[in-house]
Amino acid sequence: MLRHLIQPLDFTTEEFEQLFRLADQILENPSAYSDVCKGKLMASLFFEPSTRTRLSFESAMYRLGGQVVGFADAKVSSTAKGESLSDTLRTVENYCDIAAMRHPKEGAALLASKYMTTMPIINAGDGGHQHPTQTLTDLTTIRHYKGHFDHLTIGVCGDLKFGRTIHSLVRAMNRYDGVKFVFISPDELKMPQVFLDELDPQDYTETSNLKEAIKDLDILYMSRVQRERFVSEEEYLRLKDFFILDKEKMALARKDMLVLHPLPRVNEIHPEVDADPRAVYFQQARFGMYIRMALIMFLLGLGGQND
Amino acid sequence: MINVSKIKKGLVLDHIEHGKGKMLYQALHLDEVEDPVVLMQGISSTTMGKKDLIKIETDLELDYTVLGLIAPHVTVNFIKDGQRARKMRLELPEVVEGVLKCHNPRCITGVEHVHKHKFYLVDPETATYICEYCDAKTRYE
Repeated sequence: MLRHLIQPLDFTTEEFEQLFRLADQILENPSAYSDVCKGKLMASLFFEPSTRTRLSFESAMYRLGGQVVGFADAKVSSTAKGESLSDTLRTVENYCDIAAMRHPKEGAALLASKYMTTMPIINAGDGGHQHPTQTLTDLTTIRHYKGHFDHLTIGVCGDLKFGRTIHSLVRAMNRYDGVKFVFISPDELKMPQVFLDELDPQDYTETSNLKEAIKDLDILYMSRVQRERFVSEEEYLRLKDFFILDKEKMALARKDMLVLHPLPRVNEIHPEVDADPRAVYFQQARFGMYIRMALIMFLLGLGGQND
Repeated sequence: MINVSKIKKGLVLDHIEHGKGKMLYQALHLDEVEDPVVLMQGISSTTMGKKDLIKIETDLELDYTVLGLIAPHVTVNFIKDGQRARKMRLELPEVVEGVLKCHNPRCITGVEHVHKHKFYLVDPETATYICEYCDAKTRYE
């Protein structure tokens, strides 16, 4: 059956586990996988610019021995001539075996997937809506360092209102037993009620004090607090320091607490934290590539299913 | 009082909220029906105060998804040989296909043609649905 990855919960936790195991195997012995996708072609369809995600997908495919065609900007695709998204995708399906697609409109990947008969589609971001491979990246990182997801306390800090990576991560982590969430944000950027409603009230707390909250965390997931989200400059200046992670705050945290960030960061993590072994946000990008390799193999039926 | 005779066969849509009869008439495209259709407004009702009612002397089937969406509390009476053969209470449909539109300006459905656009019921209290593509909430208005 043709499968796609449009949103994180399209895959069960068992399927996630299969992907994580495959990613582990690739990490341990990359050369054993260097030509599993030989003869396969991936369409890299970026209707909106992206550096990190696009390079991660393309590196993943090349490292599996496959090849990549595509575009990095809608201006150079037929969209500029007014072609519909479904027509573009149906054409690409004749050339390629799999597609990674980013589009500025929400629901674009789901729409495209409905027209496919042979080509799996991976949603590489649809506007501010879903970004499932970022969630996979986050989970792979957590699993690599912690070895499990159950009974972890995860603090998510910053812009919880608009942060799509945070919304997806919370939904994905909530599928594991005993996970507790601490939502750390200014009042203006609190976690939307619709997401809180999906959680057991005993499983989360909300605060605006990172310094207080950091002590009890197994994982701290940081995100950007953007100046333009605040109504007044005064309010921004008052709150911004609460949400900057520095050496002083790290000193209050557990010795095995992990710091994750989807990147790019601006000011929310002081560069002095980079050298701390608990800061794993740059390693996170590396895991992102390996889990995308596993995902490509899985969707092409080349591994992961019964491993 | 105006009297409208009983129909021999067809449908009687009862318990329509007062003032919604005309909207229902339009949404169900009853102006295109060639059989007799009667729209009655402001009828006295013991439970509702005032209500609207529609009688259609026809064999045609209505779109009950649309009907349930617009007027979930309506009762549909099926009339056969001048008698009520069956009564159906409507409910808000769990899935609505091809009726609602997504108002989220960032949704793909605003720029791309979508066949049988689905919406899923998320809050029966407020008759709120979410778009299958972008998860934005909407209601029938």
